[in-house]
Amino acid sequence: MMNRWNVGKRLLPLFAGIMLLLSACGRADLSTLNPQGPVAEEQYGLMKLAISIMIFVVIVVFAISLYVIVRFRRRPGDNKIPVQVEGNHKLEIIWTVIPLILLVILAVPTVNSVFGLAKDYSKDKDAIKVEVTSHQFWWEFYYPEYDIRTAQELVIPTGKKIAISAKSGDVMHAFWIPSLAGKIDTNPGAADANGTANTNKMYFEAPKAGVYLGKCAELCGPSHALMDFKVKAVDEASFENWKTAQKAPVALPSDPAIKDAIVSNCLSCHAIGDQGGLSFPNLSDIGSRSTVGGILVNTNDAKYKNEGTTEENLKRWIEDPNAVKPGALMPAFKDELSEQEIDGIAKYLAGLKIDYEK
Amino acid sequence: MAHAHAHTVKRRTGLMDWLTTVDHKKIGILYLLAGGLFFLVGGLEAIMIRIQLWKPLNDFVSADTYNELLTMHGTTMIFLAAMPMLFALMNAVIPLQIGARDVAFPFLNSLGFWTFFFGGVLLNVSWFTGGAPDAGWTSYVPLASPAYNTDYGVDYYVIGLQIAGIGTLIGGINFLVTIINMRAPGMTFMRMPMFTWAIFVTSALILFAFPALTVGLVALMFDRLFEANFFNVANGGNTVLWEHIFWIFGHPEVYILILPAFGVISEVISTFSRKRLFGYSSMVFATVLIGFLGFMVWAHHMFTAGLGPVANALFSIATMLIAVPTGIKIFNWLFTMWGGSIKFTSANLFAVGFVPTFVMGGVTGVMLAAAPADFQYHDSYFVVAHFHYVIVGGLILGIFSGLHYWWPKMFGKMLNEFLGKLTFWTFFIGFHMTFLIQHFLGLMGMPRRIYTYLDGLGFNEMNLISTIGAFLMGLGTIFFIINIIVTAVSGQKASNDPWEDGRTLEWTIPSPAPEYNFKQTPLVRGYDAFWKEKMDGNKEMTPAEPIGPIHMPSPSILPLFMAIGLFIAGLGFMYHKYYIGGAGLAILFLCMLIRSLKDDHGFHIEPEELQDKGVKA
Repeated sequence: MMNRWNVGKRLLPLFAGIMLLLSACGRADLSTLNPQGPVAEEQYGLMKLAISIMIFVVIVVFAISLYVIVRFRRRPGDNKIPVQVEGNHKLEIIWTVIPLILLVILAVPTVNSVFGLAKDYSKDKDAIKVEVTSHQFWWEFYYPEYDIRTAQELVIPTGKKIAISAKSGDVMHAFWIPSLAGKIDTNPGAADANGTANTNKMYFEAPKAGVYLGKCAELCGPSHALMDFKVKAVDEASFENWKTAQKAPVALPSDPAIKDAIVSNCLSCHAIGDQGGLSFPNLSDIGSRSTVGGILVNTNDAKYKNEGTTEENLKRWIEDPNAVKPGALMPAFKDELSEQEIDGIAKYLAGLKIDYEK
Repeated sequence: MAHAHAHTVKRRTGLMDWLTTVDHKKIGILYLLAGGLFFLVGGLEAIMIRIQLWKPLNDFVSADTYNELLTMHGTTMIFLAAMPMLFALMNAVIPLQIGARDVAFPFLNSLGFWTFFFGGVLLNVSWFTGGAPDAGWTSYVPLASPAYNTDYGVDYYVIGLQIAGIGTLIGGINFLVTIINMRAPGMTFMRMPMFTWAIFVTSALILFAFPALTVGLVALMFDRLFEANFFNVANGGNTVLWEHIFWIFGHPEVYILILPAFGVISEVISTFSRKRLFGYSSMVFATVLIGFLGFMVWAHHMFTAGLGPVANALFSIATMLIAVPTGIKIFNWLFTMWGGSIKFTSANLFAVGFVPTFVMGGVTGVMLAAAPADFQYHDSYFVVAHFHYVIVGGLILGIFSGLHYWWPKMFGKMLNEFLGKLTFWTFFIGFHMTFLIQHFLGLMGMPRRIYTYLDGLGFNEMNLISTIGAFLMGLGTIFFIINIIVTAVSGQKASNDPWEDGRTLEWTIPSPAPEYNFKQTPLVRGYDAFWKEKMDGNKEMTPAEPIGPIHMPSPSILPLFMAIGLFIAGLGFMYHKYYIGGAGLAILFLCMLIRSLKDDHGFHIEPEELQDKGVKA
């Protein structure tokens, strides 16, 4: 005979576990359950309220289910016909009104947050403005106040509102930093075609210095999974240094062969210092970034196949970007350039560091 | 005997019988076969997805293949598995439940099946012609636009779904008309079984929702095939427009899927509790209200699209409101069981398992309705967990329940109870194992639709558990298939009322039902018509008419040819071979011409042919 208790018995502890898991769950730089800034904090508060109400509902339903299943199961030989109840107005009103009350409890802070988080800081003098443009499969960050254009790593000062205006250079993506703020879609065709109709605004703030993981959350093609970025929050003095360093000239390599290889290959698309093109990621400080291409993790202590030193990662990328990031637009250079040239370029790029953290 | 001139009885046998049938019971079985086949295909795709994700940086499939798999899994499961299996139950049960001899438009019924089937086949042909669609089942532009999707994958999506959508729309209209016009004498609207009510509201939703999808698909087709600019930003198009069109269809679609499951659960729980459905009129009211609200909430799929705080606040509240009628239904089911005498057949196990499972999917739905929190959940694995809880934990459990319940009426044999319970427990445990944990993956920062993830993000163990759960679900499905085979070979024959507690009209006639369903149309004297007769001490329904010749529609091969014509036309236009496309359309129009000009009054089954298979308990 089947054990009729199993349904509830198995599920109840699972839900008790939810609360446990919520209290400390996931990496601090990635999890929505471990918010690191006021925006994510507010969203987490709403999540906690909703989860509490919902766990109450689930427990009530599970308890009644369990009771009913056990108490009213048909015993062998039982042939009685139960009373055919049509309904009960009092009960039906109760389970219409109680959910309504629960919803009001949830709806009021929801509406409050909807408007609170939609606040526009793009005209605020104290806020740092950043124009985010998403591309297949990388992120471009432009600081209009300082005329600085970077890629893949968004450097921000701690304790300041960051006013984001987001759009896409190609297909739809979504800009998400789970531990700092919920996501916003980046729609294509913003500024030039339709005024600013499709440009989306959001803001967030990082009180603590640190590196936070960012993700693309909207299916955008084969390498959607690999379209990671970082938000790097530094103190205000370091941010000032960073701004200055971004404007400083960057020397091309002294070895003329490598220099030629870079000028004739890399700079047609990428910028280094004040030279080169702007349509693809700026390389001026690529040696300072914690990843290559957002997905090859730079470390001296490689543990799995996407980890390596900056130089190794750069080499791997330059040789065949599509092997790392399917669908990336950069061509493979393993047959275009000699091994020495690739080595030289990787070495040079790995050395393009700016030192701004105090 | 008004049609004495038209009673040359047309009988076909074997394969031709199935290709030409206009009998709703046989069409129901065809829907079940085709839907079941696509369910297996979609399930296989799901297993491949889970294999790819079982460990970080796995390379079981490539990024491109993974996107094709996720797109085809979603599209197949929604349009080609779930919907047809619902149509299977609708066809098998609705006419019997309302005491009708067939649906209102038997020819259209057949046409609906064949267009669905060939639309689905067309969609899956893409696997063999250079790549399936890969822009997600939502097919958002610009990713699905010709600029970023240059191969034919998305063309198969837009054209395959248009053809399949014709079938769904026809089916919806057919059942609306059937339920409005063909109820037996005495069956007023407020005496209709709950499943019939659910299908009535579902059919209305289909009528209003599917044209929106068709409009979107046609616009996208024009963008792709004829260089139109509906969604081309460079030429003044707008991509958010696609999102609106898609979700104005897409959200009601969710209710199109779940309402029939609600109906099944209402029937099964009531039958196996030996008790009248608690709060029948509030159940009807809740169903209608859910159907109505279903059209008011589409933008909650677009909270992050940038619609602004006013829209987000309004759609948040509207979405939360749906919880109220849904809650009414949950408690009505629980109080139907309260005080009842509950028998745990496999059908009822699925139904009883449905209630708490669906509640878990429902509460995460309310959580998602809070827009600011949704900024965190949106497009993460939390959403994946949520919609699998409502669609698998809701709809699929409902379909399994309905299949176990009505199998004897469809096929005349009882499914094996032991295997049924085995199916339930493996599928149910596997389901919770797969999807409960995905809530946490999402909250911990795992976006949906990613083909791989880095090591060290804390996703590894949970993904592994999820994959193991998926295999258990696969095992449950295999047990069900074994059950079908065992039953077909050696199943026990079913009586008219095999569960002994049948309450509705389908249990008053033989299993399987004769082709004319009711020898004499029954007279309905109240809600739960058959139960009422039983309680009044009657063994069978009171007939509402004397025994006489029964008018039947003629079988026809035309619907099959029409669907083949559309299939050919779709392929032709897709590859810009206009003469092939034209030929396909010519087949279609020729069939329509024949149908219009050829006088076919059907035939009669005379009283002496009715044998001894009448309305008996």
